[in-house]
Amino acid sequence: MTKALKTTRRTLLKGAGAGGLLAASPLLGRFASAQSAAPIKIGFQQHSTGIGAAYGRWYGRTTEAALKMINDAGGINGRPVEIIAEDDGTDPKRGAEVVEKFSNQHGCDVAYGTLFSHVVIGSAPAAGEQKIPYFVVSEGHHVASGALNRYTLQPGITDVKSQVQAMAPYVSENLGKKVTMIFPDFAFGHDHRDFFTAAIEAQGGEVLEHIAVPPSETSFTKYFPKIPRETEVLYHVMVGPAVLTFVKELGEFFGPSSPAIFGFIDSLEAVDLASPGLEFLEGTYFWEGNPRYAQADQTEYDKAYRAAVGVDENGASVSDPSDVSTYAHMFGCWETLHIIKAGMEAADYQGPDDRQKLIEAVEAMTDMPESMEHPQGPKLFNGKTHQVFGVQYISRVENGRLVKVHTTSIDDTLYPDEVDYTTQSF
Amino acid sequence: MNLDARSVALHLGLIAVLIVLGFVLPTYHQGNLARILVLATYAVGYNVLFGYTGLLSLGHAMFFAAGMYGCGMAMHLGGLTVIPAFVIGLICAAALSAVVALLALRTIGVAFMIVTLMFAQSVYLTALYLGEWTGGDEGFVIAQATRQIAGYALTEPLTRYFAALTLFAVALLITARMMQMSFGRVLIGVRENEERTRMLGYDVFRHKLGAVIISGTIAGAAGAGYAVLFGYVGATFASVQYSIFPLLWVLLGGMGTTIGPLIGVAFMFYLIDYASGVTNAYMLIAGAALVLLTLFARAGIVGEIRNRWVPWLP
Repeated sequence: MTKALKTTRRTLLKGAGAGGLLAASPLLGRFASAQSAAPIKIGFQQHSTGIGAAYGRWYGRTTEAALKMINDAGGINGRPVEIIAEDDGTDPKRGAEVVEKFSNQHGCDVAYGTLFSHVVIGSAPAAGEQKIPYFVVSEGHHVASGALNRYTLQPGITDVKSQVQAMAPYVSENLGKKVTMIFPDFAFGHDHRDFFTAAIEAQGGEVLEHIAVPPSETSFTKYFPKIPRETEVLYHVMVGPAVLTFVKELGEFFGPSSPAIFGFIDSLEAVDLASPGLEFLEGTYFWEGNPRYAQADQTEYDKAYRAAVGVDENGASVSDPSDVSTYAHMFGCWETLHIIKAGMEAADYQGPDDRQKLIEAVEAMTDMPESMEHPQGPKLFNGKTHQVFGVQYISRVENGRLVKVHTTSIDDTLYPDEVDYTTQSF
Repeated sequence: MNLDARSVALHLGLIAVLIVLGFVLPTYHQGNLARILVLATYAVGYNVLFGYTGLLSLGHAMFFAAGMYGCGMAMHLGGLTVIPAFVIGLICAAALSAVVALLALRTIGVAFMIVTLMFAQSVYLTALYLGEWTGGDEGFVIAQATRQIAGYALTEPLTRYFAALTLFAVALLITARMMQMSFGRVLIGVRENEERTRMLGYDVFRHKLGAVIISGTIAGAAGAGYAVLFGYVGATFASVQYSIFPLLWVLLGGMGTTIGPLIGVAFMFYLIDYASGVTNAYMLIAGAALVLLTLFARAGIVGEIRNRWVPWLP
């Protein structure tokens, strides 16, 4: 993935000229081989406020940790890297404004970091118009669906379609074939409804009932009687402030005799599993993008990544055990920043004039082996759809901890291309 | 100079300044001002109802969204070009405001606020519910290549700026002219004393109906303008916060003043833009600024200027 820094005669001479200044600064000394010692600026569109703030906080910590690792190793193309964070308020209008600000005010080389799909979709037109590479960490299907543009890429986190689809084989073989789905009645829930229904049918299973819960709902008891009696697996995914109420009421409804329960950890990202009322989750299953709890077979990469970001073995902050991380998603920031570095090095990126070369360099990427740059697991990037594919994890709640019980293959997550961005002009 | 001539000079002068700014501002601020002008158009529409007629709506986002979705879906799903799609956006906003007006104007005061809030909430939830076509909360992008008029790309910064300025100028001049006509003066009469206006023989309901439709259609024009100029349509713009924004802008700039809405939007935009660079608690700064304005400049920025120094300001 990464390329050794190239030292040409020209860089050597320029380096020598700047040498006196640089040598005087121990901090800058390690960037001495660069053509320009000016930092590479990465605009970080951060959900510091609004509904995405819990994610934004951890995306920020992960970004800082990855930045430190990259700068400690000499930066990118011998230049230090600087992160310029701007709050988008988890709002698509502000998101687009922030992308313009990165491009026109801060002079950023690339923009990066957005999670919530509506902010990505709202900001992508601005990225296309400003012609600034926009690396999102969103897990939405928007990039791979072809709805966005050539400047928008998602190389560091898998999308919801591949995640959901990869769950179907395990669910149908181990938990049951008759599924009832309960999901929020907006785009995020509809993605789950559509993709999982198709995937479970391909496994010979069926969805008995789709229960869509309006987004403004605060009590869920009235939806549970709609769950058919013959349901073998209850598939749930909820987001937002009512999540805890949802899970508690589900527990009260079923009592001790429930069907197998499978959910997406999105329901409980940044929520402590030891929270009162969640005891009922014992024995249920979750998709995890990256296992929150350090597992028995933890890799050295996960160990080092966890330490770098400041996450303990329970997935919480090392300085505050009640501050639970968004572990299933935030690795995407770490991996995306390393991909930006690898892409810039492959393209010999010098400045905004090389943005197209950077995109082409990332589009040319394919295999990304599990490594310190990719601690979540191995990945396969599809340059045509601008979307990465990778392994997914299924965990079971045992003694109040999420214990990994299954790792999907990358093949389980693949689906036919829906777009070829490389045919679009810059 | 008589009052009308001063008013014409003010408005044309403002437009002339905005034209010059389009050429001299740095790219970043030119882009910001384009956004500000579209949002100011929305605020101008809101001001017709709130500032001049005295009807406080808490649901104007539905009109903004009606224009936005009408125009955006006509382009995205119907494959229409910008102008016909924009007209469809206007028709959607006008139709929705007529229906809402007929029902909501049966109430007054707090009830009117609540009824408009409820209607807006239903429009918001409808946009989510019809996610197959509207993209729900995620929304959708209008393809960059389709956002052009007669070969002029609306994605090009200067073209976009002048498109936004045209939209704003038309809305500003329509409302400024309207306030010089008897229709506008009756609206002020309704605001000041509805019973007396009725007693004088004016059809108050018909005037209020007209105000809601004009206000809603201008808000819809802003929504349609936002869709074609910035390429995104989403349910966030139908949410309650986008009903509150125009109220804040108009209060800040000066309710019942023609240029107040623009000043209010620009003030709020740059307050948030700068404050967010200083602290994540920038909404606290915005809130403090609002409280201070309410305490010391109750008529808003332009309103206060009118009260203290320039009494002829329209």
